[in-house]
Amino acid sequence: MAIPTTDSLYTPAPARIAKIQALTAMEKLFTLELPRGQTLGHTPGQFVEVSLFGVGEAPISITSSPSRSNGTFELCVRQVGDVTRALHSLGEGAMIGLRGPFGHGFPLDEFKGKDILFAPGGLGLAPARSVINQVLDHRRDFARVIILYGAKTPGELLFKDELDAWSKRDDVEFFVTVDRGDENWHGNVGVITTLFPKAAVSPRNTIAITIGPPVMYRFVLMELLGKGIPDDQIWLSLERRMKCGVGKCGHCQINHLYCCQQGPAFNYAQIRGIEEAI
Amino acid sequence: MGLLVLSKEDLAPFIARLVTEYEVIAPVARETKFAFAPITDPSQVRLDYTTTILPPKKAFLPPEETLFAFKLNGSFTTQPIFDERPRVLLGAHTCDLHAIKLLDAVFETGFADEHYRKRRAHTLIVSLECLAPCDEHAFCKSMETLTAREGYDLHLTDIGGAYTIDVGTAQGKQLLARFANAGDATRVDLDHLNRKLAGKWSNFAYRLDFNANDLPAVMALSFKNPLWEELGKKCLACGQCNLVCPTCYCFNVKDDTGFDHKTGERKRVWDSCQLDEFARVATGENFRKTRAQRQRHRFFRKGKYIPEMHGALGCVGCGRCARACLVDISPVQVFNALHQTRGA
Repeated sequence: MAIPTTDSLYTPAPARIAKIQALTAMEKLFTLELPRGQTLGHTPGQFVEVSLFGVGEAPISITSSPSRSNGTFELCVRQVGDVTRALHSLGEGAMIGLRGPFGHGFPLDEFKGKDILFAPGGLGLAPARSVINQVLDHRRDFARVIILYGAKTPGELLFKDELDAWSKRDDVEFFVTVDRGDENWHGNVGVITTLFPKAAVSPRNTIAITIGPPVMYRFVLMELLGKGIPDDQIWLSLERRMKCGVGKCGHCQINHLYCCQQGPAFNYAQIRGIEEAI
Repeated sequence: MGLLVLSKEDLAPFIARLVTEYEVIAPVARETKFAFAPITDPSQVRLDYTTTILPPKKAFLPPEETLFAFKLNGSFTTQPIFDERPRVLLGAHTCDLHAIKLLDAVFETGFADEHYRKRRAHTLIVSLECLAPCDEHAFCKSMETLTAREGYDLHLTDIGGAYTIDVGTAQGKQLLARFANAGDATRVDLDHLNRKLAGKWSNFAYRLDFNANDLPAVMALSFKNPLWEELGKKCLACGQCNLVCPTCYCFNVKDDTGFDHKTGERKRVWDSCQLDEFARVATGENFRKTRAQRQRHRFFRKGKYIPEMHGALGCVGCGRCARACLVDISPVQVFNALHQTRGA
């Protein structure tokens, strides 16, 4: 663990909310600072346990990339449960508890020289953004970068400034879609799989990283496998109730796998045929 | 280490001396049943107990424990709480020794859990050999837990007028030297012991229709077995099977805040994978929605996942879950049915 704790696994360290930005009606971006300028020391795809005392603790994926840490890191949080609702009620300067980072992220060193195809859906962009920015900050280590992003509505698109910047880069192939448009939306309408025909890939040289809700995985996997991308080159991040983060409490277990230990980033070869996974 | 012998008259004085320096947790009578509980007087101890409602895991992983206390002051401070009271767990049967060994592995593996480890390190185990089955639910002989070669500091076997004591650790030896009037076992004592140990096996039945070491292989063929749907229809999702299981260790975490909203404690409490909300996330998605899926998960943990992770079966055949189950779901029947219909 990068954050030194006492000899209890469960005691959180303090972190200060340095900045809060509202991204949508449901999601806020929290910039957090550790004491004495420490860095979190995470790899993209890992998560932290956020503590609000008196409310509880919840696993939150890290949305910032290690390449942009600067003594801070970011969590993109949807208000949906007790802890996240309480977190949304806090202001800048407030102190929260933190444990982690935990779990296995994405092994970017193994992806060097490959084409990287990102397919995040909805809030899945939060963890995916950590990988995307890490890749973009080491752009020459990778071949093509393709991003296919889907959200339910234009109002639910996250990180709009960054989406805009990605769409303008000529070394990024960026496509975005919404399930339902509105009067100001002139882009693609349809679920994320409608973007796949736009991206021709060379399957042997492509690493696909898809992060989204369970229902999305079933369809996106069909597309990726249909393009001929091998199982062990398809990466996902699975959401589970990772209560303790240290492989003990049992809530995140997927058949024999502890999501918080072997995951949350898995390649499809690891979880293919495991009924509870997807 | 060599075998010692303690006469039955000397047992009560031994326990009485232990109580002065240790919290002694031993089987005591509770109405028509038995429970492990702290004792203050040797007369409370019932070494003739059959089995206990809850297993002795509660000495190391209590049903509820405080992980740390917190104080809020703009920021916050935390104080981890560890329980290092010296204890003696007296009278544990060998099935429970096997279960404790497994819990030791769980809380040592990967991230070491100091809350468990500190309690465990400060507890001496004085265990007891079973010479007759506790009741019709136990199937320890099939699960190869009817005896134990390790996992105790001292191990007692009733040889009639006395107990032979196998000394498992240096701390056990010291405990005897300080508190008990034990002597070296004589040839006659050893004869008695051998007769007891040799004679006990026929008192127990093999209840599993196959070798327990094949259980992971049987489970591997059982994921799609229709039995899970049948169990799902019967199961009340009450979670008692998990609570009484000596190898179940899953927990939930909750905060208790003081009325001042400035102080509080974070606690862990036993949890059950049979409850609806166990695998549900905040967005409402439940990854094991049905009781059939949850029963399957429970038995796969016992028969396959835990053996794969820790090298020992996750069921020790104590029978507590079958005893507690309101709808008579019994592990030995489940395992036998899976074996019979394997590949179904």
